[in-house]
Amino acid sequence: MNAVLIALLLLPLLGAAATLAPRAFGADPEVRGRRALRFGTAVTGLVLLLAVALAAGFDHGDPGRMQAVTDVRWIPALDVRLHLGVDGVSLPLLVLTALLTFLCALYSTRRLPDGPGTPSPLAFTGLLLLLEVGMLGTFAVLDLLLFFLAFEVVLIPMYFLIARWGGEGRGPAANRFILYTLLGSAVMLLGLLLLGSEAGTFDMIALAARHGDGLSRTTQVTAALAIGLGLAVKAPMWPLHSWLPDAHTAAPTAGSVLLAGVLLKMGTYGFVRVVLPATPDGAAALAPYLGALAAVGIVYGSLVCLALARPGAGGDLKRLIAYSSVGHMGFVLLGIATLTPTGVNGALFANIGHGLITGLLFFLVGAVKDRYGTADLDRLAGTGTATGAALYGRAPRLGGLLAFAAVASLGLPGLAGFWGELLAMFGSFHPAAGLSRPAYLVFMALAGLGTLLTAAYLLTVVRRVCMGDPAQAPRTDAVPATAPLADVRGYEAAAWSPLAALTVVAGLWPAVLLGLSAPAVKSLLGGG
Amino acid sequence: MPLPSLPATPTPGQPAMTETLSLTDLAVSHAGALIQSVDWTAIAPPLVAAVAALAVLVADLFVPARRKQLLGWGTVAALALALLALVPLRHGDRATFCLKTVAGTTDNAGCSYVADHFALVFQLIALGGALLTALLSLHTVDEERLPGGEYWFLLLSSAAGAALLPASRDLATLVVALETVSLPAFALVGLRRDRLGGEAALKFFLSSVTATAVMLLGVGFLYAAGGTLHLTALADGLDRAPAQLRHLAEAGAALTLVGFAFKVAAVPFHFWLPDTYTGAPVPVAAYLSVVSKAAGLAGIALVTTLALRPYAPTWGLLLAVLAAATMTAGNTAALRQRPDAPRGAVRLLAWSSVAQAGYLLVPLAAAGYGHSGSSPLGATAAYALVYAVVNLGAFAVVAAVGRTAPGNRLDDYRGLFSRRPGAALALAFALLCLAGLPPGVVGVFAKVVVFRAAIDGGLGWLAVVMAANVVVALYYYLAWTARLFAPAPAPEAGAEGAAARPPRTPAPLAAAVALTAAAAVVLSAAPQLVLRVVDAALF
Repeated sequence: MNAVLIALLLLPLLGAAATLAPRAFGADPEVRGRRALRFGTAVTGLVLLLAVALAAGFDHGDPGRMQAVTDVRWIPALDVRLHLGVDGVSLPLLVLTALLTFLCALYSTRRLPDGPGTPSPLAFTGLLLLLEVGMLGTFAVLDLLLFFLAFEVVLIPMYFLIARWGGEGRGPAANRFILYTLLGSAVMLLGLLLLGSEAGTFDMIALAARHGDGLSRTTQVTAALAIGLGLAVKAPMWPLHSWLPDAHTAAPTAGSVLLAGVLLKMGTYGFVRVVLPATPDGAAALAPYLGALAAVGIVYGSLVCLALARPGAGGDLKRLIAYSSVGHMGFVLLGIATLTPTGVNGALFANIGHGLITGLLFFLVGAVKDRYGTADLDRLAGTGTATGAALYGRAPRLGGLLAFAAVASLGLPGLAGFWGELLAMFGSFHPAAGLSRPAYLVFMALAGLGTLLTAAYLLTVVRRVCMGDPAQAPRTDAVPATAPLADVRGYEAAAWSPLAALTVVAGLWPAVLLGLSAPAVKSLLGGG
Repeated sequence: MPLPSLPATPTPGQPAMTETLSLTDLAVSHAGALIQSVDWTAIAPPLVAAVAALAVLVADLFVPARRKQLLGWGTVAALALALLALVPLRHGDRATFCLKTVAGTTDNAGCSYVADHFALVFQLIALGGALLTALLSLHTVDEERLPGGEYWFLLLSSAAGAALLPASRDLATLVVALETVSLPAFALVGLRRDRLGGEAALKFFLSSVTATAVMLLGVGFLYAAGGTLHLTALADGLDRAPAQLRHLAEAGAALTLVGFAFKVAAVPFHFWLPDTYTGAPVPVAAYLSVVSKAAGLAGIALVTTLALRPYAPTWGLLLAVLAAATMTAGNTAALRQRPDAPRGAVRLLAWSSVAQAGYLLVPLAAAGYGHSGSSPLGATAAYALVYAVVNLGAFAVVAAVGRTAPGNRLDDYRGLFSRRPGAALALAFALLCLAGLPPGVVGVFAKVVVFRAAIDGGLGWLAVVMAANVVVALYYYLAWTARLFAPAPAPEAGAEGAAARPPRTPAPLAAAVALTAAAAVVLSAAPQLVLRVVDAALF
């Protein structure tokens, strides 16, 4: 079992290293690029298989226990150990990461942005694999410094994915992404070092088992604040979110999918894995603020989306979904801020749900942008008397999937978006002892308002993009006539259907995920 | 002032020693004590370099002009030999040039030369850095028509001084060693006889001589107050110094530190650095940024932690402020480098080295607060080792690029990856290590070590300042890295032939690039190799 987990991290790393030897992929640049993309798909596919094997071999009877544990010395001078393991909290995230990366690689074999100034697909493959190492590593490591390292590994590949394969405004967006996140993680490092040096160990398991024993309240609050700031930038928490919309808008489809689907989860995962168990007093002191900011984020995200969805606002669909992520991640943070098993389980569920649904949404919007040459709502759907882009009429399957993803995102019961948000709100109805119940009731009310607003803007989007009279649909440069729009292609279906299917499964059978996370959360929160 | 090579006999000016050695002992039982036995193995590393320096200077007279390359290779061999001479010392328990106590035994407190682990680490940096500089210089000396014999002589002399400095344990030896590092360096900077070189050398010379004068004054004050030149004994002497001498001692401490601050180019004594680096030949700039800086840093570490122990909180705060100002000023100036400015690459590395000196000072400052168990000096040593490797790596690539693009503007690096993938990857890795961002793992952990030292020492504010600086620095490192992978500019008309096939990089230069890149990669996979010095007892 632990060999599987090690291979899971090693395989993409070796794959990334292999792309540094361009000769191995043939002499002709054209052939080399195709081979590199196929190589990337093969490696990520293998990683996905390993992740599934890991899930299959996981002892589902005892998900609260760390499994597949490896613990060897790496840097004795710093007391850094290669300590890996999975439990019910990290396993779903690992599988989600492997799945999304594979789908992105698969999708990219056919649809990789090219043009003047775009580097070779070889580099894309290398960066994607390096990114996967960092993402998987974040969820698999159990050492604070290693966690920081993995957290940082994703920065460079994502920076280059945005800066080199991105759309308009990619340079500033990439810079803003990396500087913001690095500022956060530098502060986080200080917090981690403070925590580690006061507690005398960097081992997350030991820290979680101690549950803050031997740490003064001041240390705990300072450490929780510093670590939390770094994680909150990543999550992102309002008002530290401002890097996100630009990064999402500029990033290529694969970048957006992984950014929303996985990178944001690294922040919330850190809260659950590090802040809650290791500094419980600090978490309790800061939880109300986190909850308040999360509630503001939910409302703020939805209001911005409503404004963007309005006709005449010139809203970009990718930007709109990015802002919707701010709102959705607000639910995750609110769940965490309740400090209750219910809320944290809801947060973890919402993590997965958001990863599946928003991943799918970004894929779909990327496809719309490819077909129309723009993701600008006004140019897609027209303003004034225009009836809409009429995707139902012109590309029915694409339109149908978009509508499906949108209603999943607004939290329709029976789909993956529902349970997480429900549980998060449920948790804040009965927050943990010691937290102000009235405050949390207000947060819950705000979150409830947020769900309504979310429904409003997503339905507006569906109306404007999917509905309408095909004959009256506006023209864009890429689609001059009302000629039938290419519907879902084979590779697109292959990349999207797993996400759609899992959205339904997670919605109808939430017990699979909750059964995994509940015992683990219980032990992380110190309840046994 | 007693020179280190003289037999150390008690002088009336050393009251601390008179009680341990009486005249009768000298006359009767220690007749041989006047002829000091010297541990040649212990002093081998600087000695090999010094002897080789003289040998090269003499050989220059007899080697015919077309065989001058041999001198360069001789220098490389001598430095490699000096590095090998470190191997027998690895236990770190040798000392020589010692004052004897009554019983005829010695302890390290009375020794002028101690080859402990601290000394060994910095000797490794000095000699290894000089070796890589020599590899970088082999083609420069030929292509820029620098006088071969002089160049190699100066390089070896300076390296000998840099190797002597970390092992010296009295103020006189320390000053002499520091001057041995600096004096040849002025000449090295000025060897290229153009306007820039002359200006650079003059600036360097004037500021450095001022620093030395100030430092000598400080050393004099310390000697007057403490009554001894030996660092460890001086600490006791200062502790026992009469109250009316306290101000003198404090002034002396401050002046001595100012002198060293000049050498490491700490703010506000840094203004000579960018012009000096850009005016000097690139390998010399590399040498200054690594070896000369490491020597100055070793000096600060020795003086503060050994000699000025009684004033720890004072210099701790002073160094902390210096560190914060240095890194902030260095990074701010580096940020403002325009990509099309001539010699921008070297200038950027110059400012970045100012900033890095700030990070290097952080653990030293923490040592002044010293309520942690392990000495934070290990963090400085580890960071200096990592910095030496990656900074030399960056300079190596800059030297290689400088051959085809004499302007060496940052814009010349655009699209380097498509022209020279190997060099571009090596530079990218070095820059990411300097920035402290994965995949430059060793750079990350070097920063972690420094952060940890600051937090353990209770210098939370300095850690925060440094964190902000790391982010600022990332911007220019990353902008440069991104430039490497940017699409290549359209080749200018008529330059197509040259653009199609860049001239071959000379083998020694390629070897230097490969060596530093390989070292950085290996250290990234196994950071323990260098971080082991963090926890080791250095003194």
